[in-house]
Amino acid sequence: MNQQPPKSSARLDLTKGKTSIADKIMPVLLFLCASVSVLTTIGIVYTLLSETISFFRIVPIQEFFGSLKWSPLINPKSFGIWPLLSGTMLITIIAIIVAVPIGLASAIYLSEYASRRVRKIVKPILEVLAGVPTIVYGYFALTFITPIVRSIFPDTGVFNALSAGIVVGIMIIPMISSLSEDAMSAVPDSLRNGAYALGATRFEVATKIVVPAALSGIVASFVLAFSRAIGETMIVTVAAGSTPNLTANPLESIQTMTAYIVQVSMGDIPHGSVEYGTIFAVGMTLFVITLVLNMLAQYVSKRFREEY
Amino acid sequence: MSTTTAAPQVTETTKSVDFKTIIDIKDMDLYYGTYHALKKVNLTIPEKAVTAFIGPSGCGKSTLLRTLNRMNDMIPNTKIEGLVDIAGTDIYSNEVDVETLRKKVGMVFQQANPFPKSIYDNVAYGPRLHGIKNKAQLDEIVEQSLKQAALWNEVKDFLKRSAFSLSGGQQQRLCIARALAVNPEILLMDEATSALDPISTLKIEELTQELKNKYTIVMVTHNMHQAARISDQTVFFLNGEVVEFDQTDKLFSNPSDKRTEDYITGRFG
Amino acid sequence: MNNLFQDANRQQISGRRRNDLIWRILFLGATLFGIVALSALIITIVTDGIARLNPDLFTNYPSRRASASGMKSAIVGSLYMLCLMAPLSFVLGVGAAIYLEEYAPKNRFTRLIQLNISTLAGVPSIVYGILGLAIFVRTFGLERSLLSGALTMTLLVLPIIIVASQEAIRAVPRARRDASFALGATKWQTVSRSVLPSSISAIMTGVILALSRAIGETAPLIIIGAATYVAFLPESLFDTFTVMPIQIYNWIARPQEAFQDLAASGIIVLMIMLVIMNVAAIMLRNKYQKNI
Repeated sequence: MNQQPPKSSARLDLTKGKTSIADKIMPVLLFLCASVSVLTTIGIVYTLLSETISFFRIVPIQEFFGSLKWSPLINPKSFGIWPLLSGTMLITIIAIIVAVPIGLASAIYLSEYASRRVRKIVKPILEVLAGVPTIVYGYFALTFITPIVRSIFPDTGVFNALSAGIVVGIMIIPMISSLSEDAMSAVPDSLRNGAYALGATRFEVATKIVVPAALSGIVASFVLAFSRAIGETMIVTVAAGSTPNLTANPLESIQTMTAYIVQVSMGDIPHGSVEYGTIFAVGMTLFVITLVLNMLAQYVSKRFREEY
Repeated sequence: MSTTTAAPQVTETTKSVDFKTIIDIKDMDLYYGTYHALKKVNLTIPEKAVTAFIGPSGCGKSTLLRTLNRMNDMIPNTKIEGLVDIAGTDIYSNEVDVETLRKKVGMVFQQANPFPKSIYDNVAYGPRLHGIKNKAQLDEIVEQSLKQAALWNEVKDFLKRSAFSLSGGQQQRLCIARALAVNPEILLMDEATSALDPISTLKIEELTQELKNKYTIVMVTHNMHQAARISDQTVFFLNGEVVEFDQTDKLFSNPSDKRTEDYITGRFG
Repeated sequence: MNNLFQDANRQQISGRRRNDLIWRILFLGATLFGIVALSALIITIVTDGIARLNPDLFTNYPSRRASASGMKSAIVGSLYMLCLMAPLSFVLGVGAAIYLEEYAPKNRFTRLIQLNISTLAGVPSIVYGILGLAIFVRTFGLERSLLSGALTMTLLVLPIIIVASQEAIRAVPRARRDASFALGATKWQTVSRSVLPSSISAIMTGVILALSRAIGETAPLIIIGAATYVAFLPESLFDTFTVMPIQIYNWIARPQEAFQDLAASGIIVLMIMLVIMNVAAIMLRNKYQKNI
């Protein structure tokens, strides 16, 4: 374009100096921190698997899944997982019956009806419910809910599935309500306004527009809550009893998988014994069920997400 | 009415000829993945002067600015070909230390971006990075930098206050002070006044006239009038190409390319 | 004009209105249920436990007689546990979060780590107890010690801390990183002097909330064999120990009413500790919001 102007005489020394040690080692150290979580998973899978396999060398897998009796500590010993599974399912179903309607209704109220101020007060209170230690819930089940249950059904024992199930339900309400509310709040107002413009009431908008639109998030919250109820330990240990019992009667004492693991851990069991092995076999069953449910929840919320 | 009357008026102060080249860009291409963002750029930038990059948004002017201190390195899949020579060093050669380069080529961003620290700690951030720990020395650097950024008188009594307590214009001058504190040769300004009110903008424009006595300033501006007011050389970009660069008064009064003329007379952009 | 609004099927509309009102009340009732349950829980615990909430609870060791029992060893055990876990889980959790947000290449392995962390967050706490039993207690031979407990609980809270820290780090504006790099900072200088100071209070909020969850955990520590009856204070990392939730569980499991009330007193102490930690977390969060 125009004639080349002379070059500046300024010189920059940009050659590499010493690279700081921190910039060399920190990425490695940080990577090691991140790999702890991977090692944890490997550790969980490896210990559960290896101990379960050696357990099945002594107790045949056919018995574990075939027998209907669980009495690993008392002779004659029997290792059928079904009573523990049914106990776990009974608790979980009661909890879901309590938590799903109440959690979902709370979510609808907070998302569709409540003023911003009410929401700001109520949400943190519900979150407190999620932060209460489970041992505290156990105490509450035993000393508050059980007497109520027994006054209604006098034949009920001190330890029963119903009280524990109700309290597990109370514990998972905030999980359902806050995750569902998040999903509903993400539904754009344009959808709501369209329905209001057609003369729909608030209830009609909530149930016919918002809930269907947020369904994947809502279902995912149910599945996660389900998984949480299955893994819950202290409430059932304290309030549901320790009698492995293949029953559907919520007024009976039962034992869940988690409560069994606690019971056997409280005793002094020799390392390598069959009793020691049961911890891992039952733990493995629990781990697989919750893992499948958690993956299902992730799949549901991704696969069926409404695109707005 | 002739279209050229709309062209920005060039002020007297910017007329000057005997510059030396400090940045020399030859046949440079830049790709973001497969997108060809800068095409065969050839450009020289004069020392101790203000060079303004103008052009419609998305034309590559900010991208070119960021190649000068290698801030584009952090964007994945960026590929650069050709030569970018600053004061005799090819800054993309393997021997170059990026951190030292950025120390020598400072940058001020579109949005003032102070750290959530005190005014003092903001200015001292750079010197501390480069190993200055001596309190008296830091005090001296902070004071000098704030004076150069014309902020000293406004803040000298509360250096310990949070940088967020300053107004937008003050924050931007703080960012200039922070950039000056590491003693750069070149100062890049990426639309540094676009988020500011007219009075703050004026202050920073005046500041650039002070600073160019000591530093080479390269600025991107969305405002042609600003380029005309304060720059010595103007570079016009369009679609990733340098259409034309020349002394500011010449480029605005007598552009050699039709596209430049169309742009500065407001036919597009 | 009036007819326009009157002509509509008024019965149908008023029916729908009534329906709407009934459901509104039901939804409100469901929301109140949670609040009522929480109130009932707090009232039960306070009325049962307030009588035994005296200095003995803090100065006495557990005893066969409820009237002489205290939870000194449990309180101290929980505090030791906290002191061991806090630095360990902070360093590992924040380190992992920094790696994932600032250093990790965007490839399949990184996505795998990320998926792994969210999966771990959903693993029941009792499974961590089983892991601790097999790895720390048996394989590493640490026995039923304070150290085994602290390591197990660290692994339990790690996913929560990583996720919270990642969110905090992600919330730091890009401009703040750019400002640091543009001054010639290296990656680690930028992370340590700009990104971390900007996100530290949000990170601490997450860490404290995670630790408060750990303080209330019972099951994993029972599995690794934290003792239920400990009438001394642990003197080294390798001593047996107990913590508040386990002491509370031990009391709940006794048939006598006096021990039940003692359990309620213990719960009050535990809950007060949790409230303090949560208030600290909220205060940090509020401070953080000013910084962004």
